Amino acid sequence: MKPVVCQHIEMQYVQGKKTVHALKDINFEVEPGELFGLIGPDGAGKTSLFRILTTLMLPVSGSAFVKGLDTNRDYRKIRKIVGYMPGRFSLYQDLSVKENLQFFASLFHTKIESNYDQIRDIYEQLKPFEKRRAGKLSGGMKQKLALCCALVHKPEVLFLDEPTTGVDPVSRKEFWQMLKKLQADGISIVVSTPYMDEATMCDRIALIQEGQILKIASPGDISDAYDKQLFAASTEHSFDLLTLLRANPEIHHSFSFGDEVHFSLAGEDRDPGAILLPGLRESGLKDVRIREIKPGIEDVFMDLLEKQTR
Amino acid sequence: MKQANPVITAHELTKRFGQFTAVDQISFEVEKGEIFGFLGANGAGKTTAMRMLCGLSKPTSGTAYVSGFDVYRQQNRIKANIGYMSQKFSLYEDLTVRENIWFYGGIYGVRKKKLREKIEELLTDLNLKGEANTLVKSLPLGWKQKLAFSIAVLHEPGIVFLDEPTGGVDPITRRQFWEMIHKTARRGITCFVTTHYMDEAEYCDRVSIMVDGRIEALDKPGALKSHYEADTMDEVFLILARGAQRADS
Repeated sequence: MKPVVCQHIEMQYVQGKKTVHALKDINFEVEPGELFGLIGPDGAGKTSLFRILTTLMLPVSGSAFVKGLDTNRDYRKIRKIVGYMPGRFSLYQDLSVKENLQFFASLFHTKIESNYDQIRDIYEQLKPFEKRRAGKLSGGMKQKLALCCALVHKPEVLFLDEPTTGVDPVSRKEFWQMLKKLQADGISIVVSTPYMDEATMCDRIALIQEGQILKIASPGDISDAYDKQLFAASTEHSFDLLTLLRANPEIHHSFSFGDEVHFSLAGEDRDPGAILLPGLRESGLKDVRIREIKPGIEDVFMDLLEKQTR
Repeated sequence: MKQANPVITAHELTKRFGQFTAVDQISFEVEKGEIFGFLGANGAGKTTAMRMLCGLSKPTSGTAYVSGFDVYRQQNRIKANIGYMSQKFSLYEDLTVRENIWFYGGIYGVRKKKLREKIEELLTDLNLKGEANTLVKSLPLGWKQKLAFSIAVLHEPGIVFLDEPTGGVDPITRRQFWEMIHKTARRGITCFVTTHYMDEAEYCDRVSIMVDGRIEALDKPGALKSHYEADTMDEVFLILARGAQRADS
């Protein structure tokens, strides 16, 4: 049975005088044991989707199923089998680390010990701070505690809404390693993130923007969605290079990308070196090097964003 | 290293809370018009260091001057001569776009006549003319952040502190934001930036990486990469931050 199924989900809010179309015809299925990523910026609709799937909110239309259970009718059953880590830190700040965990266990009529095997690795890191109040923990530690609390009742499906936002790169990598381990235990996971580099850790990802899913694919296949040749140019003066490329009519689009500038050309099968280098040299950029590259997730996402707004 | 025209000079700047040394003798200089990346793991001491440089917290020892003002004795002069924006707090949600600009302009003592011109200029630059009377809370996050940045440099400060300005923003807007940073720096305003996006570290002129309260590395991104034999700043960061003792205590 599919752990998660979404069919034609629509969501709207009224905000002041405006109606916000938060989700538009969302359709996807998550496979058993899959690590499924929702990748998109703030305001894309990720949290709305999590709230619907965890039965905290009803969609305006469409239906969603978790382990075959209807989010509309069978919400009590669903709540017992899912773990949910909301985007905002949701634990009791005035309770200690251990008290929070005990509290969440008691809500599900269980004890910390009954699913300790699954949380051991994560909880051992929190052990030295067991008596500290949750509100006094650092960002990375809060995240670990929230994950433990979401796992305490041995859920079958885990929903994690931006668990790594605002967390430094080292703690983020550790967090994803924990998720990989949970996945190996057979838990199906739906996780959202605004960091494109984390998308590569997922089995499949859905790119989402303004309430719409732009694309669903495995991280390896996603570059197929990019239908142009992509080039990377590097120089000591990236910002000048970008400014010059932006002003050049031969360029389809260009973005800074770490220490390089990624760009595509208008038209097909053309040699970027022959077209661009003489002009760049004249403008004083003599050290520009250009190579063709395979588009990454962020390239694809920006391309889809541009197509959407055009 | 002696900079030609430093906007920040910190020498053995230290902040202790009881037994705990949050910032441990950091020394560095930041030049006029430089884009300076201030990186570090959660808990490394970045926020504490920034609070001292912004005149919000007195150091325990060491010296620091921001725009020529002493962080011990001239905190209010510092506050008037810097700009500040963060991901968490920037604008008043229940004021309109125009009201926010007006409010901050007033706080920083921009003269009314000048401020009126500035408002029109800013609305045009940001393409927000049609939204001037919209409440800030109904703007998309990316627009808010661009507006907040423009407001933070409205009074032409010598330096602007940007604390994770692009968190959660979509990849296109994130890049537009960095183009704004570059243009601002070219105008001579120093940009002091923190971020968790390591690709953004590459856009800085120089980057410092804090580990356990100390500055472990400080150089141009290219020099750091070759020194640590790494392909990306992400790798450099991991090499340095993995050695941290207190990354998460």
